[in-house]
Parts: sequence; C-alpha cells; structure tokens
Amino acid sequence: MGRILVMVVALSALWLLLSGYFDKPLLLAFGVGSVAFTTWLAHRAHVLDSEGIPGGVFPGILGYMFWLTVEIGKANLIVARHALAVEPKLSPKLFLVPNPPRTSVGKVIFGNSITMTPGTVTVDLREDAILVHGLTEELSDEDGIRRMGERVARIERRR
Amino acid sequence: MMGLDPPIDMIRDILSWGLFLIGGAGVVIGALGIVRFPDFYTRLHGAGVTDTAGAELMVFAMMLQAPNWLVLSKLVFIAIFLGLTSPVATHAIAHAAWMTGFRPMEGPDLRYDGDGK
Repeated sequence: MGRILVMVVALSALWLLLSGYFDKPLLLAFGVGSVAFTTWLAHRAHVLDSEGIPGGVFPGILGYMFWLTVEIGKANLIVARHALAVEPKLSPKLFLVPNPPRTSVGKVIFGNSITMTPGTVTVDLREDAILVHGLTEELSDEDGIRRMGERVARIERRR
Repeated sequence: MMGLDPPIDMIRDILSWGLFLIGGAGVVIGALGIVRFPDFYTRLHGAGVTDTAGAELMVFAMMLQAPNWLVLSKLVFIAIFLGLTSPVATHAIAHAAWMTGFRPMEGPDLRYDGDGK
C-alpha cells in the first residue's frame, strides 16, 4: 500500500511539472485519470516491489550521488588527458572486483557507478563479483572500486 | 534591488558560458578518444567522457539560463534520466561484445591475449 502511495505521488509530481497546468480542471482531471491508470497497470504487472520503488536507498543515495559526481570529475580529467596525449600510454586490463551490495538495486547502482566513471566499464555482472575493464593501470584502481562497492552496501543498510 | 540585478545576470552568464565551453570541450575530447583509442573496449571509455562531462555539464549550463522553474525542473529530469540511462546503454554494448566472445586488448603492449577470464 505504501508503495502505491509513493507511485501516485511521484507520478502526479511528474505530470504537474512536465505539463505545467495547475488551474485547468479538465486537463487536471485527465492527469488524475492517467496517473490512476498507470498505477493500476503497474500494480497489475506486479512491478511495484522493492525494485520498482527502491525507497530503501533514500536518503543515503543523495550523499552518494554527490561523492560520485566528484569521482566522475576526477576520472574525466585523467581520461581526457589520455585522449589528448600525443602518444596515449594505455594499458587496458580486465579485473574482478567483489560485489558487496545484497539487493539487486544495490548491485545495479554499483555496476552503473563503475560504468559512469570514465576509464572503467562494467563488462560482466556475476553472482558475487563484477568484471571490469579499465583503460590504464592508474584508472583500474581495484581498492578504490572495492571501497565504492562498500559505500553502496552501506547505503542499503540504512533502511 | 536594481543595483543588484545586473551583476547577478552577469555572474550567471559567465558561469553558464564556462559550463557550456567545458561541456563542449568534453564532447569534442570524447569524440577524439573514440577515434584515437585502439580497440572497441578502450573506445567505450572515450564515449564515457561525452556521456558524463559533456552532456551533463551542458544541461547544467542550460539550468542556469532557465527562464522559470518549470523549465528548470524539466532540465533536472533530463539530467537525471540521462545519468540513469547512459551507463546502462554503455554496459549493454560492452556486455553484448563480451558475450559474443570478443576479447579486449590487454597490457601496455596492447596485445590480444584471449585468455577468457
């Protein structure tokens, strides 16, 4: 029931902000109808679970996003330097890092964070580990990525 | 208030121009990386610069120029959905290449080992 309420509030906010209609009763009624219909469809398709509405990652995810933005900025500078170098000194490699998050949402957040950071791409997601492709030795910082995974696992535990 | 308004506009313009220029540089550098890096997997990293620094910084620059908060909220949605979907697309491409048995170059000599971890 709580998840249905979150879904209704989120969809209503999305509808209002994207349409910008606040004082036209007919259009607002259509909006209410579409929100109700979408929520009913989602409920009927059984997607309103902890994956569809990942409330457990709030509020920890907000601080994590800020931290990740800084990391992405730093990695961007390194990759940009390699892209502009006269003679790029790359040493690409594949390596496995442990995947500590327990829920599938946490695993996806961790995998996406690795891919989003330039210089590392998630190639394969296994049961308890992630296969990562790194651009250089400097960027394939296994300890740093392991700490990132522990950080994601901490966010989950705050629920 | 009249004395305060012009400097705020100017600061906003300078900030958003700076972000536009850095973001544009990010897109160009990412494209250069895609062309210059040696194999498929390393080229993905070049595309990563375009996805993050390039696209997001330009959306942030547009947020500074938004005429009202409705436009601002739409730009926030664009930034969020771009951030959620672009790594998924990159992973989908990399994983498809991996599953079809395509192996990356490894080591400083950029050799194809094909040890298949």
